[in-house]
Amino acid sequence: MEPLRPSDYDDGSGAPAAIDEGPGRASADGPTQPRLGVVGWVRFVWRQLTSMRTALVLLLLLAVAAIPGSLVPQRSSNPNGVVQYQRDDPELFAVLDALQLFDTFTSVWFSAIYLLLFVSLIGCIIPRTTHHWRAMRSRPPKTPARLNRLVGYREADARGSVEEALSAGEAVLRRQRFRVERYGDSLSAERGYLRETGNLVFHMALVGVLATVGFAGGFGYNGQKVIVEGQTFVNQLTTYDTFSASRFFDDSRLDPFSLRLDEFEGVFEAAVDEQSGALLAQPLDYTATVTVTEANGESVQRDIKVNAPIDIQGMRAYLLGNGFAPVITVRNADGDVVFDESVAFLPQDSNLTSLGIIKVPDGLPEQLGMIGFFYPSAVQLESGALSSVWPQPDNPVLTLNVFQGDLGLDDGVPRNAYALDVDDLEQVTGGETGTESIVLGLGQTAELPNGWGTVEFTALPRFVSIDIHHDPTQLGVFVSTVLAIAGLIVSLFVPRRRVWIAAEQTNDGVRLRYAGLARGEDPNLDGAVERVATEHLDRLGGRVETSQPAPVASQ
Amino acid sequence: MENLASLSLVAVYSAMGVYTLAFIAFTLDLAKRSAELPARAASGAAGAPVIATAAASVRGSAAGGTAVLEREKTLKPENKDGSRGGATVYQRVAFALAIIGWVLHLAATLTRGIAADRVPWSNMFEFGLTATLLGMGTFLGVQLWKDVRYLGAYITGFTVLSLGIVTVNFYVDVVPTPPALQSAWLIIHVLVASLATAFFAIGAGLSTMQLLRHQREVRKTAGLRFLDTVPGASTLESLAYRINVVGFVFWTFTLVAGAIWAERAWGRYWGWDTKEVWTFIIWVLFAGYIHARATRGWRGNRSAWLAIVGFGAVIFNYTIVNLFFEGLHSYSGI
Ligand code: HEM
Repeated sequence: MEPLRPSDYDDGSGAPAAIDEGPGRASADGPTQPRLGVVGWVRFVWRQLTSMRTALVLLLLLAVAAIPGSLVPQRSSNPNGVVQYQRDDPELFAVLDALQLFDTFTSVWFSAIYLLLFVSLIGCIIPRTTHHWRAMRSRPPKTPARLNRLVGYREADARGSVEEALSAGEAVLRRQRFRVERYGDSLSAERGYLRETGNLVFHMALVGVLATVGFAGGFGYNGQKVIVEGQTFVNQLTTYDTFSASRFFDDSRLDPFSLRLDEFEGVFEAAVDEQSGALLAQPLDYTATVTVTEANGESVQRDIKVNAPIDIQGMRAYLLGNGFAPVITVRNADGDVVFDESVAFLPQDSNLTSLGIIKVPDGLPEQLGMIGFFYPSAVQLESGALSSVWPQPDNPVLTLNVFQGDLGLDDGVPRNAYALDVDDLEQVTGGETGTESIVLGLGQTAELPNGWGTVEFTALPRFVSIDIHHDPTQLGVFVSTVLAIAGLIVSLFVPRRRVWIAAEQTNDGVRLRYAGLARGEDPNLDGAVERVATEHLDRLGGRVETSQPAPVASQ
Repeated sequence: MENLASLSLVAVYSAMGVYTLAFIAFTLDLAKRSAELPARAASGAAGAPVIATAAASVRGSAAGGTAVLEREKTLKPENKDGSRGGATVYQRVAFALAIIGWVLHLAATLTRGIAADRVPWSNMFEFGLTATLLGMGTFLGVQLWKDVRYLGAYITGFTVLSLGIVTVNFYVDVVPTPPALQSAWLIIHVLVASLATAFFAIGAGLSTMQLLRHQREVRKTAGLRFLDTVPGASTLESLAYRINVVGFVFWTFTLVAGAIWAERAWGRYWGWDTKEVWTFIIWVLFAGYIHARATRGWRGNRSAWLAIVGFGAVIFNYTIVNLFFEGLHSYSGI
C-alpha cells in the first residue's frame, strides 16, 4: 500500500503534482513537447539530473565507487603501500594506475559522480526551498470533500452548535501547535513545517561541507619535524623535514613561532606474552613537554600527548612518534671534533631497538658512514647477538658498523638522512669484514679502524616527531556537520501532518468528522487524529450516543 | 583482576548456552506456527478477526469513548497490524530465556570492563561482546514498543554465532590501551557504532521478513507458513524503516565522532583510511535507502534489499576489513 501523500507533495520525482506546481516544472510539459529544442533538451536533462531517482542512483554509484579506495593503497593515505605495490606487481600497477585507482578519491570518475550528485542536490534544494517558503506562508489547504478516504477517519456526535464546535476545535488544534484555517463548516490544520525545514538544512549543510573543503581546503598545509630534547624548532618552510601545502598556500602564511622540546617521557607497563612467556612492553602514555614562544615573544610550557594536540596561533601540533637520539662524537686522529650531533634512531620494535645512520663527511681521511643499532635495555642472547628487552634506557648499548669511502653527498641528488647508500662505500667493521662491530655503552669511547680517531657515545636525549597542521576547513566543516545532524534529526523525527475537523448540524447537536494526512512516513497519524478528536470532544462536554451507527471506515 | 576476567569468560559461555536454548525455542515456535496454521485457516475465520476488530474500534470510538479503544489496542497489537495469532508457549519460554541470557551477557561485559579498568570495547573480542549485548538489548527493548518476537530466532542465532566467533578466534587477555586509543571520542565512536549496528541488525531482520512475506503474498509460495503469522509486508517495511533511520542517525554520529577522534590522534579529521572509506560507504548506502523509501518504484522490495546490503556492509566492515585490509585502524584489531 502506497502511503497517501498530500497532493502537493514534492518528492522530486518529476511526476506532475495535482495542485501548486513547482516553478521549474510547469513549463517543460505542454506545448514545447513536439519539438525539443536546445532549451527543451537542457530542461529535460536538468529535470532528469535533479530527479529523486537520479539522486538515488548517484548515491549508490558513489558508494560503489569508493570501494576501490579500500582495496588498493592510496597515494594520499598510504604512499609507501603504493610504492610497494608497484614493486610487487609492476604490470598490474600500470593498469590500475592508468585507471587512477591509487588516487580513487581525486580520480576523474569519483569526482564526476560526486560533482553530479551535488549539482543534482543544489538543483533539488533551490525549487524545494522556494516551494517550502511559499507553503510556510500560505494557508493550510481546503478541506477535502471525502474525509472518509483519509487516515484515522472517525465520526462522533456532540452537543452544541457548529459554531461552538469549530471554535473549540480551533483552540484544541492551536494548542497542539497546528496552524488552523477555517473553510465553511470545517477546519483545516497543518503542523510540522519544521520537517521540511530540517530536510533542507540537512541538504544545504552537505553542500556546506563540500564547499568548505573545496575552498578553505586550498589554504591548508602540514609539515613534520623531528625535534631532539633541548632543540628548538622554528616555524619556517626550510626547517621542516617534510612539508606539503595546498593550492593557495604561500610561505608568508607561516606564522613565526618556535617550539623547544624540554622533555619527553614514555610510560610503559609490563605484560607477559601467553605463548612465548616473553615480557611485553605496553605503552601507557607518551608526553612531550615543550616550550612554545609565540610571535609576540611570550613563552609558555605545554604538554603534547598522543590524543591531545596543542593549538599554536591557529596551527595544531601533534605528537606522532618518538625514540632515542644518541649523541655521537667523532674525533680525528689529532683529537679534533669532526662530528658531534644527536642522531634520531628509528624504532624497529616495541622494545625500541632502533636503527640510525651517521654520516661524517669531513675531517677524516675519507668520508665515513655508520649504521648504528641502539638497544635501550641490552642483553646478550646465546647466539651472541644483542637484543633489547625493555623500551626504557636501563642498559643503553650502541653498536656501529663503519663504512668508508664516498657518501655520495656531493652530486646534488637529495639523500635520505635515514638511509646509507653503500654503493661507493667499503665496510670496515661488522658483518663479514672480520672486524667486530664497535660496541659502546653510554659515555664510552672506542677507536675507529685504521687509526682514524675515536667515536664516543656522549649522551642519550630523546626525540619526538611533531606534525604541524593548519587546516582552515575545520570550523566550516564542523558548523556544517552540526547543522546537518540537527536538520537530519528534525527531518526524520518531526511528523508533518494535516488534520481536518468537519462539523455538521444534526437534530440534537453536531456530527463531527475527523481525518488526517501525512507527508512522508508517519505511522502515528491515526493516534494523532484520535488525540485531536478526544480533546475536542472533552471540550464539547463529551460524546453523545446516537441511535444511528457510524459508518465503518473504508480503505 | 585475572580472576574477574576469567569469570567474565565463564559468563560469556553461559550466556551463549542460554541463548542457544532460546534460539532452539524460537525456532520451535516458528515451526509450530507453520504446523498449526492450516487448522486455523480451516476454521474459516482466517481474515475475519482483523475486520471485526477494525469495525469494533470505530464503532467503539463513536459510541463509548476512546478509553476502550486504547485498551483494545494494547491488548491485541498483532491483530492491529494485520498478523494473526498471539504468542505461543515456545515463544514465551524463548523470550524468557533470551532475557536470562542477556543478563548473563551483561554480567560478562561488565566484569570484563571492571577487570580491564576501562570500557569493554577496545579490541575485536570486546567490541563483539558489547555490540552483541547492545543488539540483544535493543531487540528486547523494542518489545516495549512493538512485538517483533518473530525475529527472535534470527537475533539469538546471530548473537550466538557472533559471540562464538569472537570468543574462539579473537579472545585476548586484558591489556592496557595504547596511547593512540585513549580518547573519549573513541569511546563514544565505538559505542555509537555498536548501537547503530544493533539497530541495523534488527532493521535487516525486518527487511528480510518483509521480502519473504512479500514473496509469499505474491507468489503464494509453499513452506515457511509461519510467515502468515507475522505482520504484512508493508507493516514490516515501515517498522524496518523506523528502526533503520534510528540506526542511520547513530551511524552519522559514529562517522562524526570517528572524524573528531582521527583529528585528535592523527591530525586530520578525514583521510580516506580503509576504515573511514567503509564508514562512508555504509553511510551513503543507508542515505540511499532513505531516498529509496521516498522514490517511486523503489519503495518495497528494492529498498528492503538496500537495507540488507547496508547491514551486510556493516558486517563486512567489522570482519573482513578489520582482519584483511591494511590501514591505520588495523592495530586496534585483535
Ligand atoms: C549529497 C547527496 C545526498 C545525501 C547524502 C542525502 C541524504 C539524505 C538523507 C540522509 C535524507 C533523510 C533525512 C532528511 O529527510 O533530511 C534525505 C532525504 C531526502 N533527500 Fe537527500 N541526500 C542527497 C541528495 C539529494 C538530492 C540530490 C535530492 C533531490 C533529488 C534529495 C532529496 C531528498 C528528499 C526529497 C528527501 C526526503 C525524503 C523523505 O521524504 O523521506 N537528496 N537525503
